[in-house]
Formats: sequence, structure tokens, C-alpha cells
Amino acid sequence: MKPDAPRPIPVTWRRKDLLGIQELSAEEITLLLDTARQFKEVGARDVKKVPALRGRTLVNFFVEPSTRTRTSFELAAMRLSADVVNISASSSSLVKGETLKDTALVLQANNVDIIVIRHGSAGAAQFLAERLDSSIINAGDGAHEHPTQALLDLFTIREKRGKIAGLHVAIVGDILFSRVARSNIWGLLKLGARVTLVGPSTLVPRVFERMGVRVVRRIDEILEEVDVINLLRIQHERQRRAYFPGLGEYVSLFGLTKERAHRLRSDCLIMHPGPINRGVEIDSDVADDPKHSVILDQVTNGLAVRMAALYLCDSHRGDHDAIQTNRRATA
Amino acid sequence: MSDVTGKKTVIRGGRVIDPANGVDAVRDIWVRGGRIVAADTANSPENEEPEIIDATGLVVAPGLIDLHVHLREPGQSAKETIETGARAAAAGGFTSVVCMPNTNPSADSPATILWIKERAKKACVNVFPTGAITKGLAGEELAPIGSMVQAGIVAITDDGHCVQNHELMRRAVEYARMFDLPVFDHCQDYSLVGDGVMHEGYWSTMLGLPGWPAAGEELIVLRNILLAELCGSPIHCQHLSCAGSVRHLRDARARGVKISGEVCPHHLALTDEAVCGFDTNFKMNPPLRAQADIDALMGGIADGTVTVLSSDHAPHMAVEKEVEFDRAPFGILGLETEFGLFHHLLVERQKAIDLPRLIELLTVNPARLLRLDRGTLSVGAPADVTLIDPGLEWTVRPGEFASRSRNTPFGGWQLKGRAVRTVVAGETVWKL
Repeated sequence: MKPDAPRPIPVTWRRKDLLGIQELSAEEITLLLDTARQFKEVGARDVKKVPALRGRTLVNFFVEPSTRTRTSFELAAMRLSADVVNISASSSSLVKGETLKDTALVLQANNVDIIVIRHGSAGAAQFLAERLDSSIINAGDGAHEHPTQALLDLFTIREKRGKIAGLHVAIVGDILFSRVARSNIWGLLKLGARVTLVGPSTLVPRVFERMGVRVVRRIDEILEEVDVINLLRIQHERQRRAYFPGLGEYVSLFGLTKERAHRLRSDCLIMHPGPINRGVEIDSDVADDPKHSVILDQVTNGLAVRMAALYLCDSHRGDHDAIQTNRRATA
Repeated sequence: MSDVTGKKTVIRGGRVIDPANGVDAVRDIWVRGGRIVAADTANSPENEEPEIIDATGLVVAPGLIDLHVHLREPGQSAKETIETGARAAAAGGFTSVVCMPNTNPSADSPATILWIKERAKKACVNVFPTGAITKGLAGEELAPIGSMVQAGIVAITDDGHCVQNHELMRRAVEYARMFDLPVFDHCQDYSLVGDGVMHEGYWSTMLGLPGWPAAGEELIVLRNILLAELCGSPIHCQHLSCAGSVRHLRDARARGVKISGEVCPHHLALTDEAVCGFDTNFKMNPPLRAQADIDALMGGIADGTVTVLSSDHAPHMAVEKEVEFDRAPFGILGLETEFGLFHHLLVERQKAIDLPRLIELLTVNPARLLRLDRGTLSVGAPADVTLIDPGLEWTVRPGEFASRSRNTPFGGWQLKGRAVRTVVAGETVWKL
């Protein structure tokens, strides 16, 4: 066992891919979070790099633009000593009309071990996972799932509040088009939290209740009772398609204004997956308020969570020191 | 009919089900010169030996008719050709098919219709073309409907598209009436449906895929009911998928509106839950809907609200389908699984209708809608006959399909009931 590798963990990860939170068990989610905690400790050291993925090649395949998620994955891979290549939609052959399947086969032919994919189509990560031997990490597929975002949110909640089970979490805003919301809902429910969705009836249809959550229309109803409030970015283009009449009205009905923030419990966490529309879904000062806001902790934790996801999915090959040690122990 | 000449055939000993004539009895069917003849005329004047088709233990039905298929020619022959599509039809027990105009170029001119008819001469089943309602299926100007009638279309439709302008649709219906020409419509309101790729409901919400609400179909069904009333002319609604459409159709028909509708097997066989693996063989337009919709479609078939069954046979190449779900083309194959699915689901499993009724929905009803002298075993009718083994249990094997494409979600399904022999104009064009 290499000295800098994480300690063996007594649950085995058997998945090649991380496609979504819906398919994970509570134990698998907990394993990811526990592994991330070890990697976070590594991130606090002077030497932040571990050799866990040395010799592995990772491609950041971002068909949809992203800066923060791509950078986070890139840093995570570098800290695990993997070789990293970034491909964006404009620099790939997709612009020349190549299909996703062919682009992926080309990547595989270059013996890429891990592909991190961000794509505008729901199911795109699964599409690759079914066709390639490489590990596929979903970095957001359409409005479907964004599992590492949910994991970093769960990690942050657990870190700050010591637990997830029994907490009451509100997710506010554009749920309908949000992969972050869907992944968070699955993860929170699996780990025993209560979830309330808040937003306009156009963006938070009642059908979400069938996932096992509560839907409310008035943010003021839940301010005093929630342990966590997660605010999603409101996209201006929704207004053009008549999901709501205007940002001003949105702020008045659903924005986390200073007045509303005052009514939050003192230990309530304010979260936001970014990028923030200051003054829309959240007041600018509230977003920066150290008493509640954990928005930058989320970014820090994103790195640890992504290191864990890359490490565990790569380990399905069974040639990791830590995993092998573990297998011998349980054999 | 004593002047009948030509090859003589007898289909012997089968259970003849001919709904148009109220026949359900064991008897022989005689064929001469490509037409059904009475036994005594067949045997006179000379005593040559007939070809004998032994139908003992089988059902002898009028040749099945599918009034909704995509044969992809001209322009998309990598998906299907008129010839391969016709062979798929024969392998499914269909002796006549009606092909849709969303080809490339679209079938919106007499030249293209004549080209299709020329190609259809080599097909092993009868192929009847439809023409577009609007030029290029663009929904803006009427296509030359009268000239296409002269060229031989049997109906007009913008299938695959839907005329959104209600006045234009009204004029098309009024204009078609002067030719006694059926008007078919693919019912889809563009503004409500938007970029929807699957039924709007729990599963679309969970999967994050854009929803296609049932109301987007119902709105145009209601529009067509109002236009059929306004014009006093019939309109036929294609591939109905949802409970509301059946309800609107039932209400309108009860007050005498000339409105009709058809249902496809996949809308009875599968719900939107099937999309959860993002397999594009479950993507079609209109989309798979909820169990309540299946129940309502079955109810509409059982009570006579829905009078025609069809396949919406829509071949696509594997490379076209093997893409991201929201980017894949809509549509699946139908002809070679159609009878088996309908029989299995409607007659065997659900017992919504009996076999004679199923045959009626696949023969005389579409024939009457299309004003074709087919769909019966009456003396003098073209000798299009389908032999069916309703007890035959079989497994769908897409690798053995006659179609050029393979895009079916039913591979491996075990079905009960299958056509075993297809006879067109007295000639066997396919047998199991």
C-alpha cells in the first residue's frame, strides 16, 4: 500500500461508472462521502498530490460549457496524479457532425481510462457507459442528474451539521430544468432527510411529489423550519418561455432576501450550486454571510468528492492497492 | 361471372372470418384470375385441377390492410424501400398498405405520386400512396390535391407534421370533399408540445426529458372534431395515444360528427416507464403514455370508438437511432409485429375484443375509410387473403425481419397469434 493512498474502506465499490444518485444505495453514497473526507484531509496537506491514479488517463469531455465543474474535475484528477485532457464541444469532432458514439469510440481507442462527461442530453452519460469500457463519470446530463454536485452538497451538509438523516432541506427555484435538484432529491431521501421543494407552479410541478418530497408555493412557510436552504440559479431564458413573468416578481415571491434570511434558524445552512445571480434567487449580502452561507465550502468539498468519485470508479478494475488489500481481508 | 379465366385456387377447410359479410364458418374460398369466385363458377367450364391451399385449423381472413406505414421512398432508401417495406407487410400478413408522404422529396406532387406507384408495381403487396395536405408538409400552402387524386392517391395527410393553421386545415377538408378523398391528420399542437420527446408525466420529470403532454394531441383532435362539424366532412385522426382523445372521439361520434381514429400496437403494449433506460427504440411520436391511457385506448377499441388499427411502421437506421435520446428520430417498426401484438394484447390477454372484431378493424374498416373494394372475401373482390394461426406462440426475432431496418422495442417478446400465409390477388407472396 502506498503511503499516501487512503485507508481501505470496508464497503467495496463495484461500479465502473458514476451516472446518477438514483441508482446508488445509501451505503454507496456514504462510502463516497467517507472516501471524500479522506481526500479532503489530503487537500489540507502541504503536498496535495497522491499517486492513486498515476498512469491513468482522464478526459474531461464537456459538450456543454462549464468552468467550475470542469476545473474541479481537472484539479481532482491532477491531485490523484492522473493525466488529464480537456475536450470541449467546439474542439471536438461533434461540431463536424461526428456522433457521440463515434467520438467516444475514438476516446476509447486512445486507451482513456476515465471519461468525465457534461452533455445537454439526458441519458448521455449512460449512453457512453453502456458502450465503453472506460469509467464514465456524469458531470451533468441535461436536466437528468449531476451526481457529484449532489455528493458535494451532501458532504457539506454532513460536515457542517454532523448528519443528514432527520434534517429538513428546502430546494428553491427552477426544479423542473435542474439536474442538481434531481440528484439532490435522491441523495437526501436515501440518507433520510426530509425534502421540500419551493418555487412557482410552472417550475415546480406537483408531479415531483411522487418522488417522495413536499412541494410548497410560499417560501415564507418554510424559512423557520428548515435546516438547509439550497437555492438554484434562475435562468433568464425561462422567462422568455413564460415560466414566470419577470425576475422582479420572482425575487418578491421566491428570492432569499435579507428580510427572509433573518427568519432562518441560526444554524440553517444556505447553499447554492453556482453560478449565483446576486440579487435574484439570493440577496448579495446573504450569499456572503458567513453565519449561514456555505457556498464556498461547497466548492472546496467538490474537489474532495470528485477525487473520491474518480478514485472509486477507477478501482472497479480491482488493481488498486487499497482495494486489493481490502478484498484479501474480506476473502 | 362465367367468363372468369386464369389460375384456379382453393383455400380449403379453414375457419373463414369475413366480417363485412357476417361470415364466421368453416368453408372453402375459391379464387380465379386473382379474384374471389363462387365455387360453382370456379369449377366450370373445364375441369383443370386447382392449386390447393390447406387451411385446416387456420383462420382465413380478408387480406389485412394497414393504412399507416412509412416506406421511406423516395429519398430514404437506407431505412426502407417500397420493396422491402412490402415484404415486411407480407411477413406480417398485410396485403395492402398505405404509405405516408413524409419522404424526400415529400409526396406533394403528382410526379412523386406517379413515381411511387411505378415503384409499387414491383412490390409484393398493394401499396397505396397518400399525398401531402400542404406543399413540403410545411403547413403553409395547399399541395396540388386534385392533381394527386388523378395520379392515384387514396388520402391526404401531413403525417409526421400537423397543419397548425386551422383555416388552412378547414380549406383542405372542404377541398378534399369534392374528390370524396379521406383526410388524415397527425394530431400534435406545436406550441404545447414544443421540443417534447416523451410523455409528460412522472417519468419525464424524473428523467429530465422534455415532456410531450397528452393535451398537445387532444387539442388537435378537438380541432378536427370542430372542423369536421363545420365542414360536414370526415376527418380521420391518426395514431391516437391518450385517454382524452378517445373520450373526445366517443362524445363527437355519439352526436354524429364524421370523425374517426386509429390506434397502434405500441401504444397498447408499453407505458412511458419503458423510456427509463434511455433506449431510443422506445421513442416514437406520439409517445408512449400512462397505463390509464392504455386502458382508455383498449376501452375505445372495445366499444367501437376506435374503428381502425394501424402500425405507424417507421423504419430508421441503427446509426440514426443510436444517439442521445432527445436527438434520435421518432418511430419504430410495426408491420411484422403488428398482428401478433394486437392479437396477443387485445384478444388473448385483455379480451377487449374477439378475433372476428380484430379482423374487422384490420380489414373492412380501413377499406371503407379508404373507399377500397378490399377487406372482404365477397365474390368479385380481389383475392387478397391472410391465413392466421391464432394459437401459434412465437418469439419476435428482429434479426429475421424482412424490413431493411431493425428498430423495434419488441425483440424477444413472446406473442400468441400470427399470420402464416399472405395471398395477394390469388398468389402466395409469403408464408411462414
